[in-house]
Amino acid sequence: MFVDTKSQRRASARAAPARRFRLGESRGAMGLLFMLPAAAVLLLFLAYPLGLGVWLGMTDTRVGRAGQYIGFENYEMLWTDSVFWTSVFNTLLYTVAASIAKFALGLWLALLLNRHLPFKAFLRAIVLLPWIVPTALSAIAFWWIYDSQFSIISWSLTRLGLIEHNINFLGDPTWARASVIIANVWRGIPFVAITLLAGLQTIPPSLYEAATIDGATPWQRFRYVTFPMLTPIIAVVMTFSVLFTFTDFQLIYVLTRGGPLNATHLMATLSFQRAIPGGNLGEGAAIAVTMIPFLLSAILFSYFGLQRRRWQHGGND
Amino acid sequence: MASVDIRQVRKAFGTFEVIHGIDVDIGDEEFVVLVGPSGCGKSTLLRMIAGLEPISGGEISIGGRVVNMVPPKERDIAMVFQNYALYPHMTVFDNMAFSLKLRHAERSVIEQRVRQAADILDLTKYLDRYPRQLSGGQRQRVAMGRAIVRDPQVFLFDEPLSNLDAKLRVQMRTEIKALHQRLRTTSIYVTHDQIEAMTMADKIVVMHDGHVEQVGSPLELYDRPVNLFVAGFIGSPAMNFFEGRLRRDGDRVWVEGKGDLLFPAPPGVRGNEGQSVVYGIRPGHLRLASDAEQGLPAEVEVVEPTGDNTLVFCRVGDAIACAATTERFPLRPAERLRLVPQVESGHVFDAATGMRL
Ligand SMILES: Nc1ncnc2c1ncn2[C@@H]1O[C@H](COP(=O)(O)OP(=O)(O)OP(=O)(O)O)[C@@H](O)[C@H]1O
Ligand SMILES: [Mg+2]
Repeated sequence: MFVDTKSQRRASARAAPARRFRLGESRGAMGLLFMLPAAAVLLLFLAYPLGLGVWLGMTDTRVGRAGQYIGFENYEMLWTDSVFWTSVFNTLLYTVAASIAKFALGLWLALLLNRHLPFKAFLRAIVLLPWIVPTALSAIAFWWIYDSQFSIISWSLTRLGLIEHNINFLGDPTWARASVIIANVWRGIPFVAITLLAGLQTIPPSLYEAATIDGATPWQRFRYVTFPMLTPIIAVVMTFSVLFTFTDFQLIYVLTRGGPLNATHLMATLSFQRAIPGGNLGEGAAIAVTMIPFLLSAILFSYFGLQRRRWQHGGND
Repeated sequence: MASVDIRQVRKAFGTFEVIHGIDVDIGDEEFVVLVGPSGCGKSTLLRMIAGLEPISGGEISIGGRVVNMVPPKERDIAMVFQNYALYPHMTVFDNMAFSLKLRHAERSVIEQRVRQAADILDLTKYLDRYPRQLSGGQRQRVAMGRAIVRDPQVFLFDEPLSNLDAKLRVQMRTEIKALHQRLRTTSIYVTHDQIEAMTMADKIVVMHDGHVEQVGSPLELYDRPVNLFVAGFIGSPAMNFFEGRLRRDGDRVWVEGKGDLLFPAPPGVRGNEGQSVVYGIRPGHLRLASDAEQGLPAEVEVVEPTGDNTLVFCRVGDAIACAATTERFPLRPAERLRLVPQVESGHVFDAATGMRL
């Protein structure tokens, strides 16, 4: 998002000298003209809300009362707010743990699905299920799974004689963190798995045959052929996965609302809670704005990760 | 270096058998070409030798050792694929060094072997490039380099030249042959291009529908094809065929075609008087008659000058025949002329079985 608005600013700066040429003679001017509608839409729906958010973060706006400019007061307050810092920690933990798990499990699943299996198409369709169910719905399902009294997990473990008391999945801070991460992983795996599967299918089988003849074991084939050839797509998938996870809201909001004791509050849920139920729009906006540096660094990271590697340059097949 | 023995080898995909018991002996240092039309099972046979496909029946041995159950890397073979199968994320050097690295060869050994192969193949300048930055012919050479570096017992090639343009193909053909003469590694080369087969092979194996039709040196196959299939497949432009009946007249043998055409068959042809046969004659063995001569009456349809040769396609009876001549006659379509077959170069096949008589 943020990158978009930046590039627009750059584009309009470049446009000024171009206008001196006759339209139609200059590729640049024509290009700009054709870009205008899209740029307008982006400005209206992306840049404006973003700017408004940043502005709100510097006011003491409350629901129902226009605020005044107060500079960085909101941020100074947040700096000493332990709940805010807990949410930052939670968000990072949530993002890192869930992304790693999604990547590992998604890659594993993709490798399995890439084999010759009976009912291949059917299995691949099944894998997509968690992803096509609306988040709110699957969150409610997880809510039941994690219920303190009726949890099927507690029930099974009790029956197996492994535990004596029901686990308080969403009531205990540590369990709650683990629970929401697992729910997020469950939901996120299909995206990673199916995208990586698409990547796997672009690797010509003859490369594996060549590697087999060259003497590579299955692990070496993965290590020296599959993985390096998959890195471009891994970079794309993981960027998206990290961005989605970092800004996750629905799952937490349905499962725990940030509880217990703010143990599962993410920056997104905290921002919402302070702004809407709490009525403190300015402060909520400020929390949202503090997500920007994290997201920007994730984007920068992927920008370098996504750069075409040298072996992808040139040639045509 | 080693011999390769293929004994009664069969291959079935599910219940569908595509190779029906093939026997081929490939001697040490031989360059053998498997040739045949698309879908006849050449690649499948090669992949069974490489160990990429399980063998459904029979036995393959390399250097006297039965390899049916030996995994590819222990068969000591190297394979060059049609699409080269170069690792795109590795430089030319790393592509060639990969198998040695997997074997934990010493750095200095790797360096030396790769440089040596690059030298042979004229790739030294490109060692730091990625496959994408190379032309088709250079990629082809890298694929060969990867095979050479391993110094295997047997080279396997699966249509390695079919992605190259015509001129480069001819050049690479020569290079591969020169390479074989230098390294003397037993080579098995698959192609559907009979010219490639003729020019490169010590021995050609003609395959058709999962059977071996004939095994022999290029000229044996050209001069004495054992059946109609081989006769029609080997040689370009293809052999002309005419249906007819065998006629014996003392020592001389004729094939009498439709419309009273008489084709002179070489002496020594077996078969009975009146038997249904197919007479075959190569374009190069059909001559345009001079004015006074007898010959097969023909009407010119198309003239194709190729430079060295001129191909004259004529209607003879109800068939089209092609004559190749090095002379340059000013011929026009619909012109009438007579064709004279070279008696000793005619071929006669049994019409029912297709076998040479
Ligand atoms: N994996 C497979 N499953 C089923 N049938 C197969 C398989 N691979 C090949 N075949 C069949 O085996 C036969 C031989 O195939 P093969 O690839 O060996 O042909 P080829 O002689 O190499 O042809 P080409 O010149 O077109 O490469 C074909 O009829 C093909 O349909
Ligand atoms: Mg083939």
